[in-house]
Amino acid sequence: MSRVKTALRTPWFWAIVGIAVLLLINTIKNPAYLALSVNPTTGLLTGNLLDILRVSAPIIMIALGMTFVIATEGIDLSVGSMMAVGGAVAMQTLSTLDDPTSVGAMLAAIGLALALAIVLGAVNGLLVAVVGLQPFISTLIMMLAARGIARVITDGQNTNATNEPFRQLANGQILGLPTSFVLAIAIVVTIALVMRRTALGLMIESIGINPKASRLAGIRPRPILFGVYILSAALAAVGGLFSVSEVMTVSVSGTGNLMELDAILAVVIGGTSLAGGKFSILGSTIGALLIATLNKTVLFLGIPAAATPAFKALVIIVLVLLQSERVRSFVFGRGKPSGTPTSPSTPAGTESTPVTKEVVA
Amino acid sequence: MSARTLAESVPPVADLPESKQPRQVSRFSGMWGRSQTLIPTLAALVLLFGMLIYAEVAYGRVFHAGTMSSLLVSFAPTLILAVGMTIVIVSAGIDLSVGAVVAFSSVAGVMLMNIGVNGWLSMLLMIVFGALFGLIAGVMIQYFNVQPFIATLAMMFLARGLASILSTTPVIAADDSPILLLATDWKIIDGPKVNDFTITPGLLIAVLVVIGGMFFMHRTRMGRTVYAIGGNEASAQLMGLPVARTRVWIYIVSGALAGLAAIVYTAEVGGKAQNVTGIGWELDAIAAVVIGGTLLTGGYGYILGSVVGVFVIAALRLIITKDGTINPEYLTIITGAVLLAFVLLQRALTRRRTS
Repeated sequence: MSRVKTALRTPWFWAIVGIAVLLLINTIKNPAYLALSVNPTTGLLTGNLLDILRVSAPIIMIALGMTFVIATEGIDLSVGSMMAVGGAVAMQTLSTLDDPTSVGAMLAAIGLALALAIVLGAVNGLLVAVVGLQPFISTLIMMLAARGIARVITDGQNTNATNEPFRQLANGQILGLPTSFVLAIAIVVTIALVMRRTALGLMIESIGINPKASRLAGIRPRPILFGVYILSAALAAVGGLFSVSEVMTVSVSGTGNLMELDAILAVVIGGTSLAGGKFSILGSTIGALLIATLNKTVLFLGIPAAATPAFKALVIIVLVLLQSERVRSFVFGRGKPSGTPTSPSTPAGTESTPVTKEVVA
Repeated sequence: MSARTLAESVPPVADLPESKQPRQVSRFSGMWGRSQTLIPTLAALVLLFGMLIYAEVAYGRVFHAGTMSSLLVSFAPTLILAVGMTIVIVSAGIDLSVGAVVAFSSVAGVMLMNIGVNGWLSMLLMIVFGALFGLIAGVMIQYFNVQPFIATLAMMFLARGLASILSTTPVIAADDSPILLLATDWKIIDGPKVNDFTITPGLLIAVLVVIGGMFFMHRTRMGRTVYAIGGNEASAQLMGLPVARTRVWIYIVSGALAGLAAIVYTAEVGGKAQNVTGIGWELDAIAAVVIGGTLLTGGYGYILGSVVGVFVIAALRLIITKDGTINPEYLTIITGAVLLAFVLLQRALTRRRTS
């Protein structure tokens, strides 16, 4: 009984329910929706489920990076632009090297994209950790600047390139699963092991809960903050590589556009509190899968793709309302303790506001 | 509530002779303190004139009635948005939804006109739609403790998505629609050749909004409450100021101004409304507010500073379009760099003030 209750209060449990409901809606519209088949020309598996997994790979990447940034009580608004930077560097490198089949060219493209993203992520880290700017504003500036950098790299053009190994990133398959999805999951598992098997994850959480107290406890916040912004930028660049390898072209204004919002949404759906302090890598990954499913469902139902934000907005509104103390006490009753380990902690203002309200009233 | 009546019931203390000397000192240091908050705004002003003079010297035809008036007219919607954004940011909030609200209001308004609703009524409804988005955001922020950033992000998604549900293709108002009257050119100075200084009713609306915003922020009780909320919400609450009501109103005003900006913009582009209008406008507005000297942490800021900020951005665009050699691709990098410089300046000043 208590296990059921715990499951019901785990945010990503509801994300799985959401994915199931969306898939059910699609199956009702077309009973063959979940079917997989083999494409006779390429010999690869095809199907809507695999499509969803493929488009989820970039979202998983940016959501993973965003998870750690949000856990330090920050936010990274530059991930969408960073995707464009990663994609632009890769496409520009491949189109100038002009070696359609070489694996070396692919590695050069990936390496350069990652290197530039790490530099830009370090600038974010510098502004947040050393200068002490609000993460919101420093990454907002980076969002503007990185989009411009992507434009400068490709000279404002939507550059395309041909490189078979690179194209295989999104269009190839490993054991019937899209390569980009497999790679994304491998990256997620690696980072999750590093975070949870070492004290790193704990340190990130402690900075998010109370930076002063964690410094007194001997945790130096600067290198960790630097690290999370660099990680976020690098993962965003990987996401950008996945997303451009699907079509082998980068759209300097379209690639990664508004994707930072998808990342934030995935993280919130996964149960990481926006007030920082706790993160759930599994939750963010499932959140990213939910968003990918939602994107595909909206398209499948014949609603214009541009309308998906409205559905995402409804999801956000419901989620943040469920996280709010007022709704929780109304739904779960006043007597219950508000902060169980699985439930996200409430925003920082909540502790003080009810007190002051009582004083005034 | 009792606190306010108590404060009002205590009469002001008569001047004490011995207090003259210290008050002189405190007035002086007060002025010094206030001038420090003005430094970013003054820096923006210097930058603005520097850029305009540079542009005049380098490319010519900048201090030119035609150039100036077309610049003013094209930045009228941004001016309106910047006024709303200043009020929100002074209250230590943020409104990311304004660009999307402009898109929804303009698509919905033009569609209403096209199905035969009276043009003036449609324009009023455009403002009401904007205010509704603000109302929902304000209620979420005040009563459900949602961070302003997230609440307005949700409104941004909602408005953009709803605009796309209404139509993904441009909708165009009829030629006799009264909204087009707002783009009539009024010739103020009849210059030689085509060098006329013209303004439009839309620009006049923007100027009125700026004046109204200044009056609201610096001369009304509610305006002072906005500053108090941004300075220290708990203190404002304890002082008995109507924090909850004011905060909801702040977002309603910001939304309504976005609706108004939608009217002005739609008129200016000949009654054409699209679901992709206004992408990135919230960033322009935030940049203008920050360049104009308003602290993102709230509590300080001037409407006129944000007006200067809008002109700085306008001058940047002007220079880049006038100079053929600067790649337009660099525009966002330059905007970002200017924004960064001003944020760093603010950071340096606030650090010195607090230490």
